[in-house]
Amino acid sequence: MFRKLALTALAAVALSGAPALAAGDGGHVENYRFSFDGPFGTYDQNQLQRGLQVYTEVCSACHGLRYVPIRSLSDEDGPGIPEDQVRAYIEQNFIEVWDDDLRDYRPAIPGDNFPEVTSAGAPDLSLMAKARLGFHGPAGLALNNLVFGIGGPEYIASLLHGYNGHDEEMAGTLLYGNDTFPGGLISMAPPLFDGQVEFNDGSPNDVEHMAQDVAAFLMWAAEPEMMARKRLGFTAVILLGILSVLLYLTNKRLWAPVKRAAKEQ
Amino acid sequence: MSGIPHDHYEPKSNAEKWLHSRLPVVGLLYDTLMIPTPKNLNWMWIWGIVLAFCLAMQIATGVILVMHYTPHVDLAFASIEHIMRNVNGGWAIRYIHMNGASLFFIAVYLHIFRGLYYGSYKAPREITWIIGMLIYLLMMGTAFMGYVLPWGQMSFWGATVITGLFGAIPFIGEAIQTWLLGGPAVDNATLNRFLSLHFLLPFVIAGLVIVHIWAFHTTGNNNPTGVEVRRSSKKDAEADTLPFWPYFVIKDFFALAVVLVGFFAVVGFMPNYLGHPDNYIEANALATPAHIVPEWYFLPFYAILRAFTGDVWVVMFASWITGGIVDAKFFGVIAMFGAIAVMALAPWLDTSSVRSGRYRPQFKWWFWLLAFDFMVLMWAGARPAEPPYSTISLIGATYWFAYFLVILPLLGIFEKPHAQPETIEADFKEHYGKSGSEGEAASTPAE
Repeated sequence: MFRKLALTALAAVALSGAPALAAGDGGHVENYRFSFDGPFGTYDQNQLQRGLQVYTEVCSACHGLRYVPIRSLSDEDGPGIPEDQVRAYIEQNFIEVWDDDLRDYRPAIPGDNFPEVTSAGAPDLSLMAKARLGFHGPAGLALNNLVFGIGGPEYIASLLHGYNGHDEEMAGTLLYGNDTFPGGLISMAPPLFDGQVEFNDGSPNDVEHMAQDVAAFLMWAAEPEMMARKRLGFTAVILLGILSVLLYLTNKRLWAPVKRAAKEQ
Repeated sequence: MSGIPHDHYEPKSNAEKWLHSRLPVVGLLYDTLMIPTPKNLNWMWIWGIVLAFCLAMQIATGVILVMHYTPHVDLAFASIEHIMRNVNGGWAIRYIHMNGASLFFIAVYLHIFRGLYYGSYKAPREITWIIGMLIYLLMMGTAFMGYVLPWGQMSFWGATVITGLFGAIPFIGEAIQTWLLGGPAVDNATLNRFLSLHFLLPFVIAGLVIVHIWAFHTTGNNNPTGVEVRRSSKKDAEADTLPFWPYFVIKDFFALAVVLVGFFAVVGFMPNYLGHPDNYIEANALATPAHIVPEWYFLPFYAILRAFTGDVWVVMFASWITGGIVDAKFFGVIAMFGAIAVMALAPWLDTSSVRSGRYRPQFKWWFWLLAFDFMVLMWAGARPAEPPYSTISLIGATYWFAYFLVILPLLGIFEKPHAQPETIEADFKEHYGKSGSEGEAASTPAE
């Protein structure tokens, strides 16, 4: 409840500072909860696997992941898919990469990156979750990022769920009304519909859930080392904290005679 | 090295004497480490060590990063992702380097504002101040060129905008811009020379840091009272000071450890907070980002650059008097560099005979207004160049110049300063002796 109120207040401040973002012009980002939010958050392996499935069956038709090594699907801190299953995944989906030596396409191996997809002119998704700022407020200070995070995955999930049907034709191109995309019109047709992807574990497969799953997957694709990074953060903060205490005590003891002398004189 | 009387290194063993008569390196280290330091230094005197640490950390991480980085427009962006995904611990080194730049600037701003408040720039420390300003300028150049290397959208467009400033110089501007870029636009030649200079300049900074330290070891540190250490006798000097080792080394290390707790919390939990999301999009000369924003540490000066538009009367006057040679764009560039130049001239603009702001009742207010002004300019610099932000920037920029060019010279004449303590020893006793209770003294060591 408090979270909602705070969010509304922040949104009000942000909107008052930027009247351009009125309804219908896009810019709405829903603050979805993700398992990896906050300093203690971790990736949900099942969600990443579902997200991979959504990406593979839907997004990969137009969008590549050119910076993501396929082998990283096996990462324990990521989707954690065993290596033989990764090979099977490559085979089942006929993933091919360009080989400079062969001057031809060849079947991918886990050491390759996901292929680049340029046919539809759609942006690569490898870093999309880090390349979008979901939250700006208040007054452009982006201080709310300290609480909510930068908002990349929230932006992606909101965008996929944000189609509102107010489509417009511009210069012969049909643009689709979207509450999240800046300007309110996006050239990508609504990619998801309810029940489109069948999950093995029977997880809900309405648009909103699939959007969150694929957003989580793309966050992992952009930041595969996130969990190791948070562990590093904790280790460093704890060790340096202990070092600080020890140095504080050393310093206090070192200066004690000097201060005592100043007091006694 | 120091003018403050103190014990110097005396070689004891034969081996030490042998070395000392040939190369007095141990003596140099001894005298540097044992430098008499005012005992009343407060916690604002810790930023020097943080800065030295930052420089070492940036060089160490940078040397590793450059081993894996490819300076080519087609490969640079991918090589960053290679570092993030394939190099062992590469992501940690890159995030430390990225956020290290921010820590560096946080520390340098606190260090500079410390100097402005306590009058550290005043005689006899003008050279220390000027060298410091040169270091700050080189830091800005280094950080700017480093930000171009990942070849993201902000890298590319930031480089385009900032090098474009040189193009605003009348007559020779375009030639200078082309010479800087190595071509008509930001391209491969630019990227290569920026890497070369980004690697070189930190070592120039390191050299200047040595001169900076040499200079203030000659004059002695300033301190919160601004009262000089007594040099009448060694006994007097010892009553005012303590040797740098161990007293201030341990104190500074404690402060550094606390600062690093915060730093690693940022690196570990929100490493991209201070960056710009657009820099995770590869540079594209055909797609301009909606807002081109420099890194946060440039924002105050970016706001000053943009504040002076063609409809400001000073700009119109300058344009009229120079026959149109100084247009709004060139005026903005002059203002931006001028904002740093007036700060560098503070030793000669400040006419007050009292060094420390602690004993200057009116100066305090103007100083804190300047610090607030700096924050407002930083905020305005990140906003679009339109009302009300343009007006706010103009007011902020005006105050910045007024502080250095009008307020500092006049305050020295009109202000009635409070009485200063006779000696540093007296100030220290005042703090820990009569007034300070045991608990209070324990909670604020060495302040």
